[in-house]
Amino acid sequence: MKVWKFGDNVDTDQIIPSQYLVLPTMREMAQHTLEPLAPQFAQQYKAGELLVGGHNFGCGSSREQAPTVLKELGVKVIMAQSFARIFFRNCINLGVLLIELPEANELEQGHEVKIDYTHAKIINKTTKKEYEMVPMSDFFKKIVNSGGLVDYLKNKN
Amino acid sequence: MNITEKIIAKHAKKEKVVPGEIVEVDVDYCMANDATICLNIDIFKNKFGFKKVWDPAKVVFLIEHQLPADSVNTSESHKKIREFSHAQGVQLHERDGVCHQVMFEKYVKPGQLIVAADSHTCSYGCLGAFSTGMGSTDIAAVMGSGKTWLKVPETILVDLSGKLKPGVYAKDVILKLCGEITAAGATYKSIEFTGSLIKNLSISERFTLCNMVVEMGGKSAMIAPDQTIKECYQAQDIDWKLLQPDADAKYEKVLKYDVSKLEPQVACPHFVDNVKNLKELLDTPIDQGFIGSCTNGRLDDLRIAARILHHKKIHPNVRLLVTPASVTVYQRALKEGLIDIFLEAGAIINHPGCSTCWGACQGVMASGQTLISTANRNFKGRAGSPESKIYLASPATVAASVVEGKIVDPRRYL
Repeated sequence: MKVWKFGDNVDTDQIIPSQYLVLPTMREMAQHTLEPLAPQFAQQYKAGELLVGGHNFGCGSSREQAPTVLKELGVKVIMAQSFARIFFRNCINLGVLLIELPEANELEQGHEVKIDYTHAKIINKTTKKEYEMVPMSDFFKKIVNSGGLVDYLKNKN
Repeated sequence: MNITEKIIAKHAKKEKVVPGEIVEVDVDYCMANDATICLNIDIFKNKFGFKKVWDPAKVVFLIEHQLPADSVNTSESHKKIREFSHAQGVQLHERDGVCHQVMFEKYVKPGQLIVAADSHTCSYGCLGAFSTGMGSTDIAAVMGSGKTWLKVPETILVDLSGKLKPGVYAKDVILKLCGEITAAGATYKSIEFTGSLIKNLSISERFTLCNMVVEMGGKSAMIAPDQTIKECYQAQDIDWKLLQPDADAKYEKVLKYDVSKLEPQVACPHFVDNVKNLKELLDTPIDQGFIGSCTNGRLDDLRIAARILHHKKIHPNVRLLVTPASVTVYQRALKEGLIDIFLEAGAIINHPGCSTCWGACQGVMASGQTLISTANRNFKGRAGSPESKIYLASPATVAASVVEGKIVDPRRYL
């Protein structure tokens, strides 16, 4: 997976600015994903590429439109040194996998990364470095594996 | 247990909870506003397949982020909110003010557990309620079931002692703390404020402290209700014992600050923890001032600003927007003559709502412009163009700065 690299404190106003939240569909909103930080992101991002942030990724507003536009563009995994709380919860609820990697700052724009889920390893094919992946707690894993909170609660009941 | 743990345990119907434990809790109120209600409704109906909200008296919707509607798209979303609200019988407030201020005035009681689709929901800790922000899927689940899951947070005890100097306010205290604790320093945690400073703070000032806990990543805020709060809620049936920490209450850590020597603080672009002493920023040119928001749009904030602006004119190159936090605040400010003072000084008065703080309507900034604001966020583009800048400060600092068209020390005007 190709890396799209962002820095510390990427807030949800950067992921989807407030002026676009009234657009009637997620598809229209998604065209403005991360616009203040990377104006060409929505046009250039290809589904399945890896989003990487520094500390406190997703801080700020609770807007679930932020992880939803990322999901709309095909983001399945986000890796960061740390995540903000509401964004973390929103991603789990939407079935987007979050990986906390203390060394996420060593990944750079354009690096090729492979995630080996079986052996819980992250392999940077560009730099040949390997990292241990800390597994998500069982509770969160159950929700993500169900595809999000909606299906998790439906199956539970 | 500490107060946060006690409230969560009570709502989880458990004798005891410990940090890290995941529990299912009953919710007292679930709130959402026009920034996300349409998404909540879509998930509620089309993903969960719910037909009715669990209790219409406990679901509160507010139109206040983008009010009055400024585009056809906004108006269409407001229409959907009204239709759903009327069909379901939920509590709809269409012109009453910023969601957190209206919750504070009309709904929240000490000891309650409240969740809402807005990050500044942590504010209600000022009344001794546990409250936290969530996203739309979580809120849609609560709308349908009245329940949610919570991970019991670790609590940081922030002990504030000393007396504030004239011209230094609760806003300066919380900005200082954001700088010290940093934007992620309290992630997943609750912050409980205590210490001798607290009893000298009005409820409004305590609100300002709790409101910005999320800017340090915090999940919730808490202040043990004291006599000030008890007097306001004496007619209510409230279990006050629940709202004091047990003798063996545990905290992850205790941070002590003496505020006696604190100077006015300013958060600089583009991060809330980029905080400096105001004196390092003197003479920074500004284009617009904003006095309002759930952080600092209450009556005491407007009084402080009006005292500075009385018989003065704002600088000719500067605009000032004043947006009272609620209609109740607005009416009191009118009766006290504060609104007249702002109008005479050259301000624009907006109807209560999120206004400039939200960055999508009312006073949006152009590229290259600088805003000084009493709000809670200065993220890149938060008030309009990503090429604009936002400084955060107290109402006194904003009022003094718009008179001179640059950042100045408000103490010269007191």
